[in-house]
Amino acid sequence: MISRRSFLQQSSLAVAGSLLVPAFLKSLKAQALAPDDKILVIIQLSGGNDGLNTVIPFADDLYYKARPGLAVEPAKVLRLNDHQGLHPAMEQLQSLYKDGLMTVFNSVGYPNPDRSHFRSMDIWQTASNADEYKTTGWLGRYLDASCTRQCQPHEAIEVDDTLSLALKGELVKGIALQDPKKLYANVHSPIFEKVARAKPTEAAHENVAYLYKTIAETSSSADYIYEKSKIQASKAAYPASQLAKRLKTVAGLINSGVASRVYYVSMSGFDTHVRQEAQQSRLLKEYADGVAAFVRDLQQQKRMDQVMILTFSEFGRRVGQNASNGTDHGTANNLLVINGKLRKPGFFNAAPNLADLDDGDLKFQLDFRNLYATLVRKWLQADPGTVLGRNFDLVDFV
Amino acid sequence: MTAEARKIQHLYHRAGFGPEIANFADQKKPLADHRRRLFADSQAKPERLSVVSENDLKAAAVLKMAALGDEEDKKEMVKDIVRRGRELNLLWLDQMAGTKAVLREKMTLFWHGHFACRVLNAFFVQNQNNMLRSLALGKFGDLLIAVSKDAAMLNFLNNKQNKKNSPNENFAREVMELFTLGRGHYTERDVKEAARAFTGWNFDQEGQYVFRRFQHDAGEKTFRGKTGNFTGEDVLQMILNDRQTARFITRKIYRYFVNEQVDEALVEELSKSFYESEYDIGQLLATVFAADWFYDPKNMGCQIKAPVAYLTGLRRQFGATLTDKEPLLFAQKLLGQVVFYPPNVAGWPGGKSWIDSSTIVTRTLLPSVLFRDADLPMEAKDDGDVNTEFLARSNFKLMKASANWAGFVTAFGGKPETETAAALAHFLLQCDLSSTNARLVLQNADRTSNEALIRSLAINIASLPEYQLC
Repeated sequence: MISRRSFLQQSSLAVAGSLLVPAFLKSLKAQALAPDDKILVIIQLSGGNDGLNTVIPFADDLYYKARPGLAVEPAKVLRLNDHQGLHPAMEQLQSLYKDGLMTVFNSVGYPNPDRSHFRSMDIWQTASNADEYKTTGWLGRYLDASCTRQCQPHEAIEVDDTLSLALKGELVKGIALQDPKKLYANVHSPIFEKVARAKPTEAAHENVAYLYKTIAETSSSADYIYEKSKIQASKAAYPASQLAKRLKTVAGLINSGVASRVYYVSMSGFDTHVRQEAQQSRLLKEYADGVAAFVRDLQQQKRMDQVMILTFSEFGRRVGQNASNGTDHGTANNLLVINGKLRKPGFFNAAPNLADLDDGDLKFQLDFRNLYATLVRKWLQADPGTVLGRNFDLVDFV
Repeated sequence: MTAEARKIQHLYHRAGFGPEIANFADQKKPLADHRRRLFADSQAKPERLSVVSENDLKAAAVLKMAALGDEEDKKEMVKDIVRRGRELNLLWLDQMAGTKAVLREKMTLFWHGHFACRVLNAFFVQNQNNMLRSLALGKFGDLLIAVSKDAAMLNFLNNKQNKKNSPNENFAREVMELFTLGRGHYTERDVKEAARAFTGWNFDQEGQYVFRRFQHDAGEKTFRGKTGNFTGEDVLQMILNDRQTARFITRKIYRYFVNEQVDEALVEELSKSFYESEYDIGQLLATVFAADWFYDPKNMGCQIKAPVAYLTGLRRQFGATLTDKEPLLFAQKLLGQVVFYPPNVAGWPGGKSWIDSSTIVTRTLLPSVLFRDADLPMEAKDDGDVNTEFLARSNFKLMKASANWAGFVTAFGGKPETETAAALAHFLLQCDLSSTNARLVLQNADRTSNEALIRSLAINIASLPEYQLC
């Protein structure tokens, strides 16, 4: 295994006219999170989670009228207040709510909603308008905006093998890894190690330099993350699901002081067109149990004030159930935020108005960009106008 | 290697999918011969992709009619659709890897990215692809009209929902913003009026264009300063009459085939000729590939290979035969480009966006995975859509290939190893190697035989960052 010192010595990255500058290598050691640097953890539910059966309007007759086969009986709902409660599989989440750790936003969406998975997910990840196509993600642009010195990809970490658009900036991209050991093994495979010792010519084109830079950063980030992860593997108990495993990895990295302010985790399977009940129950339990374990772990480490968890899905589903005991693509959805010091724990706004629909779909009350803007400004200390492309009013929840 | 040989390779990388070991001896022929050959080979009758025949389609339609409301049949149909989508993707990748008409095939890929479209009906997708191929080198006006009347496109851009008294502007907007004029060259009013002109443009179950007269708004419209009872055809013609369309398309072709950094004066000149030739695509390309500036060193080895170009180039350059094709779906997903599944109607952004920490690991390790027994323990993301979850399935261990090593030995064998390494680097790369890298590729090379040496050198070189460029 090549030691980091000899790697630094061997890879002379001073290429003429290129983006590479060795400065970042010196700053690796200096990098650590300041004690009041806040951390944002995004949990993406892919497929369009049915919000109405997640945060259930059990006091609304219209809900039962629209879903004769699919609505959750009032007795089974885990009540949060007099109007809404959680799906029965989410007991663990209910206790987080009772501890004052959660704010629920109802009816979050955007104008002219798109009901296509990949289009709507792009919109959420790039924070674009419905008729715009951006090629960078909002968190990637946060990296672009906040890096005054040479920025390291590990300042935004996705726990997966491939990187989502959300973390791709113009100049800087986050790094994706399923687990620190696996990425470390990949970059220390014989062929990759060999390539990491390679150098471009003096006159190399800018794109060549970019490739070399990416390799160098990937190697150094992989080593850095792995070294850190060895310090404090999380000892808390987590369930055996994929989401829980990924959140455990995040907890370990947070607790070991990795200089990352953003973590991104996805969970899939929510596209419940057919026989929704069984599938969604299973997924919501996995979600609730995983998140609860993560929160309890962070609480033990006294980090729940420092970490904000945001959970979203690319759209909700239609109010009426379909003919296959499932639901089809809809529009606005609820969004959950979990943190130890929320300004408004509980429900931020009113339950969706099922009497005022848009052709059978929920109308949005809050634009998700306002929530993003608030997090960019208040949590990540960056300028929302720069990161989101224009100014959005802040929402008073942080 | 001669300067001429590098130009020949450059031509194949841009106009096709790169040089092939099988044709290495042809590098002795003059550049002009290769150019003539590229165009001549693409004059042949276009090869059509076919995973869904007309008969299959009729059977499916009958099934649909008979099975309305039947759970199991619906599930079967969905499964079938998904399976056909996979087949079509792999079939196209195979055609790219095997065809002689590389220029036409490359152009088809270009137009697929330009007229980006994503629908479930594999028959419609197949038809669109074959239509793009047949018109790829002809007149852009013909292509534009054909695409605008194409069932997959009308479906994708919701034109079925575009009716008199309840217009849907999606199609009209994207035609102007992404396919012809570009942002800033039309008004919102133009979009609304154009949408009215496209009302009634519909298609039947067999994917044939159908004009629904009673859905069409035949009233007076004001489009880009002119007033009249314009039809959709009129609107398209007016868009073509605008030189801005020629500029927009020419610029895009320049960025794709020459250099991301645009020489504006050159593009202006090219677009004038393109316009005056009535948008003759073949002629524009012939001009580009014959120009001295095309072969300027600054335009060589500067483009990051798109995933499908990279995979196809690897197959052709090494004369590779894959033991199992399915892993190609997974490889495309890992690398960020799956044909027939563009991220949105704007297509793939390209350039540096292809490269991040994950894709650079995949690209670096891939030649070893393919040609040695290296492992690539990666998983693709499940984007949540039941129709594309198959793409995340990883049977990557099955991604093995045999290469035409005999061809490599013929071309590069029998020389001292530093010469062999240099010659291999010239064939495999479009940019120079540093002296460090020249030494690096020789390190730990397998010297048990001449073929083993060539094999390990070739794989080492193909693993370098320089291999990602053309």
